[in-house]
Parts: sequence; structure tokens; C-alpha cells
Amino acid sequence: MNVLIYLIPIALAMGGLGLVTFLWSLKSGQYDDLEGSSWRVLDDGEDRPET
Amino acid sequence: MSCCAAGTEAALDAEKAIHDLPPTDELWLASRQLDGGLRQTDLAVPGVHCGACITTLEKALKALPEVQRARVNLSTRRVTCVWREEVEGRRTDPSVITKAIEAAGYESHLFSISAEEQDSTRNGLIRAMAVAGFAAMNIMLLSVSVWSGADAATRDMFHWISAAIAGPTLIYSGRPFYTSAYNALRHGRMNMDVPIALAISLSYAMSLYETMHHGKEAYFDASVSLLFFLLIGRTLDHIMRDRARSAISGLARLSPRGATVLTPDGGHEYRNIDEVVPGDRLLIAAGERVPVDCVVMSGASELDLSIVSGESLPVAAAKGSALQAGGLNLTGALTVQAMAAARNSFVAEIISLMEAAEGGKARYRRIADRAAEIYAPAVHILALAAFLFWGVFGGDWKHALTIAIAVLIITCPCALGLAVPVVQVVAAGRLFRDGIMVKDGSAMERLTEIDTVIFDKTGTLTLGKPRLVNKGAVSAKALAAAASLALHSRHPLSAALADAGGGDVTRFSLVSEIPGAGIEAGDQEGLWRLGHRAFALNAVSEGSGESDAAGPETVLSLDGKLVAVFKFEDQMRRDAQGLMASLKTRGFKTAILSGDREGVVAALARRLGIGFWRSALTPRGKVEEIKTVSAHGHKVLMVGDGINDAPALAAAHVSMAPATASDVGRQAADFVFLHESLSAVSLAIEVSKRAGRLILENFALAIAYNVVFVPLALLGYASPLVAAIAMSTSSIIVVANAMRLTLGGMPVQPAAQQEAPITPAVAS
Repeated sequence: MNVLIYLIPIALAMGGLGLVTFLWSLKSGQYDDLEGSSWRVLDDGEDRPET
Repeated sequence: MSCCAAGTEAALDAEKAIHDLPPTDELWLASRQLDGGLRQTDLAVPGVHCGACITTLEKALKALPEVQRARVNLSTRRVTCVWREEVEGRRTDPSVITKAIEAAGYESHLFSISAEEQDSTRNGLIRAMAVAGFAAMNIMLLSVSVWSGADAATRDMFHWISAAIAGPTLIYSGRPFYTSAYNALRHGRMNMDVPIALAISLSYAMSLYETMHHGKEAYFDASVSLLFFLLIGRTLDHIMRDRARSAISGLARLSPRGATVLTPDGGHEYRNIDEVVPGDRLLIAAGERVPVDCVVMSGASELDLSIVSGESLPVAAAKGSALQAGGLNLTGALTVQAMAAARNSFVAEIISLMEAAEGGKARYRRIADRAAEIYAPAVHILALAAFLFWGVFGGDWKHALTIAIAVLIITCPCALGLAVPVVQVVAAGRLFRDGIMVKDGSAMERLTEIDTVIFDKTGTLTLGKPRLVNKGAVSAKALAAAASLALHSRHPLSAALADAGGGDVTRFSLVSEIPGAGIEAGDQEGLWRLGHRAFALNAVSEGSGESDAAGPETVLSLDGKLVAVFKFEDQMRRDAQGLMASLKTRGFKTAILSGDREGVVAALARRLGIGFWRSALTPRGKVEEIKTVSAHGHKVLMVGDGINDAPALAAAHVSMAPATASDVGRQAADFVFLHESLSAVSLAIEVSKRAGRLILENFALAIAYNVVFVPLALLGYASPLVAAIAMSTSSIIVVANAMRLTLGGMPVQPAAQQEAPITPAVAS
């Protein structure tokens, strides 16, 4: 059962990473316009990031 | 436009009248200053609806040298534009932005900026939900290992890890429930959050105790996944209200943000409305709204007061007339003297009346809280009884405590906590699709209780827009001439004429509008005049106002000889008759409370078959009528739009307003509907009633679940596994039941769905 010593922290860290990523994406405004994003993905015009 | 001489103002505004764009000064005032000489303007663009709109609009805006960034938000139908204050040394005219949007084919207007704090509570809730979700998943993973046979040291370790995850989660994610429960208890009340907060904390404390003593049973998973489910409900509820609020604040503001002040040295200055003091001389151009209560010093015009007093006909204004804030100046520019500051103006008076009238709504107790009032004491007594019973008869007090807490966990109103919000979120989403905004869930609960529906007339039962009624009696030639003339004026009767007949804008080249009288133009046939009878027939030089009580009319003359008389009536809203019929069959009482004159109100009441009506009411009078009706035990739904309706909207048990309503009217109403058709009223009642039934069903399901599982807990068989299964299934059943609202059985109005939303900018 010694393997648990690695597995549990790894599992928790991976879950925590997901949580942190979600919180970051929320903070950076990625959920502010879900309807718009679903259209923007189809737009094949200029898609370089804005300066 | 701020730099022009006084005389050109009217001419420029005639051009603006056609486009109806917010003026430069107002745009500048409404923009926010950013760092580095940049300014940000948020505009509502109700017309965007797909990806192509986003691209067109953003491309059009970014092409402007002044614009640095532009981004369309499709969900809220808004565009955020960041622009430079100066380009090549010149001060930017922000109206280039609205002009570019218009050139791209969209309509735009300013809106009252919604507070950012609302956004932060929403994000706070989502964060709490994310943390609870993460914790629930990990703890559940560990719990499954325990249930499938981990024991001794491994089990203890799993329990300790669970405790370490659950503790901070409860503190962080549980805050909304703890604060709400604390507030309720402090005021000596009981709400659904009290038993929730108690159950999650108690189950955590007991599990921690068990863990420390190497016990077998820990309820960390139950307590955290319960929190997760409840947060989902709460977040959805908040998002629903947020969406309605942002949609409502996206509607055009009708009250002006500022006013053009004439300075003593003869210049113009556009000032924020709060900085206008009594005694200031103001200029009100045609097409602008009266900013504060004032007296006319010079100029002549007509004012559309439909939103102020319910008066459906334009009222003449000349030197010496007192004007109330909110009226729309129709035909000519006026110079006025401010009589009151904005905070003491008519609208402010209305707001204080509104605050005084508010009562029924504030006293209303949410159905969930009423349920909690019965449920929570019952559950707590049951747990206490179990504790005493097992302690006295079993002898083992520790075991008795375990059972008592198990009872609390099992009865924790997980399903009850979701029973109401989920149904209301689904119902609000259903109404949203038909253009009805619900401000909060309690409005739907209150709507199920009503038995009387009271309507305002102007702007609610009617559109406040006149319509030509004697088209058949007038020769086509006369109609064409009149319509061609009418195209040059923004008077509501002219607009109706222009709508009715195929006018030709190029037919008359030199058209002059005489404010308060009419319009005239010459061609090879002679001098055409359209307007008041006296003006058109050259009888008296001054327009003496409306004398004909039968209804509004306008006269077309050629060289002073009568050619045709056009008669108008206020246009009824679509489905008004159908709504009255359906309200009657369902047993609702109906009534009209109007500020308009008796004859018009009586005629409309007769046409709609409404027996009870009152005319020429003041705002206070409307509130009193509603209070009288309520005093007889009736619950009133008030449907109204004007500034004068706002106190009545606040006084009624529940209220609705069309999107074309005044700013205060929209604020006061619980429901706001975007479409022209009045069928929104019956749809809202129908959906609310169904939602009410589903809420009761959900309560029944939650209670049935308790009846099954509480005996298990009382007998001491409620293991953590049983608790976890029972709670999740009951929550899922309740949510699934709420979803039934979207399935079949609902009368759908296909017309209402396709119809484009009318915006106040168009209709006013």
C-alpha cells in the first residue's frame, strides 16, 4: 500500500491544478460572453491576439 | 454640435431626429476615463445576434483611427469601445463611434451602467462552487475506497485527508449559507439556510470526532457534496437574475444624462444633470427630453407627455408654460429656466412616492422560507427526540448522539434547498426566450397569488402611437401629399401619416415646420399646409391648441382651402383583446387606471370590455386605488409603463412593464417584457402557475424522501453510504422534475418569438 504515498498527492495535485486553471479562466473573463465565443470560433478572419 | 450658434440647433436636430443617436456631449459624459489618454464607452446594440454581426461591427469600429479596441459581447448585446481622447492633436468626437455602428446597420444607445459588484458576487459564487466541486470529487474518491473495504490505518488516513480537504472548503464555500443563516437568526427569523448551515457544520464536527477516535463512519463526503449541490442551485439562481438585470439595464435610458446650459456670456455648456441648479437657462432642442422641472422662457413647441402623465395627445408649450421633467420635446427648440434641481424634480418626487408605497413586496415571505419555518423546528425536535430516546433506553449516550446527527444529515434539506431555485431558474429561462425578464424568483411566486389585473392605458394597453383611422374616407392624392409633408416632421401624428400613406420625401423641397402649429411647403399647385385646423385654414394666426374632444385630427389644406381631415386614434397593443378574454375566462378581475382624459379611457374600456376604469388620476391617485383594492383582500398585478405608474407598480403585489416604459417604471416592475404583444402577461401568469405547481411537487418529493429515510436514520441504519445515495438521488429527482417545465404542454406564441424586440428608442 506504500504506493498510496505517491498516488494520493499526485491525484490531489492534478485535481488542484484543474481547479486553479478554472479559477484563472474565470478571472480572465473567458466566461463573460459564452454566446459570442461559440461564434468567434467559426470566424476564420484575423485571429492573432490583439496588441 | 456644442459649438454651434443657437439658431442652427433646431436644423441640426432635425437631422439627428432621423437617426436618434445619443448626442456627442452625452457620449463624452457617459464614457469612462482609462489610463494613457484613453476612454471607454459601453453601448447597447440590441440588433447583434450572430457571428457575422460580431465581425461586421468590430471591423467597422476598428477601422476608425480613434478607436483602439472594440469588442462585442453577444450574450449581453453590448459593445465595449476603447478610444483615444485625441487623434493628431484634435479632440475626438465620440459620436463617430455611434455613426460607424449605424453605418454598419445597427442601432446603438447608451444604457445605465450596471454596478460591477453584481458581477463580483456572481464570480464569487462560481468560485465557491468550483472549490466545493473539486473537494466533493476528491473526498468522494476517498470515500469510495473506504466503502469498498479500506480499513484500519488506511481508512484513518483517508478520513484525515478528507477532513483536511473538507474543512477549508466548508469555510470558503459555505460562507453564503452561513452569512444568510446568521442574518436570519439575528432578526429572529428562520430560513432554509439555517438547517443547511447547521447540518453541514454538525456533520463535519461529528465526522472529525469519529476520525480522531478511529471511528468507521465519517460523513465528509455527504457534507461537501451537499454544499456543492446547493451552490449549483444558488449560482443558477443568481445568474438568472443577473441576466434579467443586464437585459433590462441594456434598454435605452429615457431620462437625459445632462442638459445644455446657456451660460451668461451667451455660450453653451453641456452639464451633468446633477449640476443643473434652479435658475439656469437651458436649451431643449426638438427630440430631447425635458431634463428638470422648468418654465418656458421663449420658443414654441409641443410636448409628448405620454410617459409622464399618461396624456396620449401632444400638449402645446409656449412662453410661460411649466414643464415637468421627462416629457419629450417634439417640434421646436425651447429655452427654459430650471425651477428645481434634478433631485427635486418630478421624477424624484415619484421615487419618494414609490418608496412610501412599497410594502406588499417587502413583507412577502418566500415560499422556501415559509417551508423552512415549519420544516426546521420539526427536524430539530425529531433529532432531539431520537437523542433522548436512544440515550434513555439504549444507555449509550455517544451512540445516541451519532444517531441524532445522522437524522440531521439525512433530513438536511438538500432537495428542499434545490426545490425552489431550480424550478424558478427553468421557468425564468422559459420566459426569457419569449422576451420576458424576471427580476427575481419571488416575483413568480407572487404572480401565482393574484386575482386582479390592473392596467395603465397609454403605453401599456395602447402603444402611445397614433394610427390613422379614416384612410378610406380620404382621397389617395390628398393622402400622398399629406404623407410626403409628414415625412419632414417628428410629430407623432405626422409619423402616423407617413406610415399610412406612400409619401415621397423628394416631392417637396422646401418644407418649413412652424412649432406648435404644423408644416407647410409649396409646389406648382400652391401652398400646402398640414397641421392644426386653425393653422391650415389660416383662420387664426396662433395655434390655439386642441379643441376637438373626439380625438386627435390634423388638417391638410391647399392655399388655405380644406383638402382633407385626417383622424387618428391611439393604437392598441397587439393581443390586448385576446388577453382580456383569456383573463376573463380564468376568472381574473380587470381594471384600467389612467392619467388620460375620461373620453379616451372610457372608449378603450368599452372596446376591451373592462367594466372598472378611472381616468385623470395622479400618481398618488393610482397608488390609492391599488391600496383600496388590496385592502379588500385582493392581490393585484399592475401592468404599467409611465413615470406616473411607477408608484402604483411598487404598491401592487406584483408588477409588469413593457420595455418601452420609463426608466423608473422598469425599475419598479418585477417583470419587463420586450415584445409588443400583450400576450406576455398571460404567458407570465401561465408559466408562473406551472412553476408554482412544480415547486409544490418538489416539496412533496422531498418530504416523501424524508418519510422513507428518516426511519432508517432513527433506527441507526443510516451509514455514510446510505446518506450519500439518498441525498444525491433526491436532488437529481427534484432537478429532473423541474426540467419538465420545458417539455410540452405550454402554449407557445410563434408570432411573439419571431417578432423583433421593440426598443424604446424606436417607439418613443
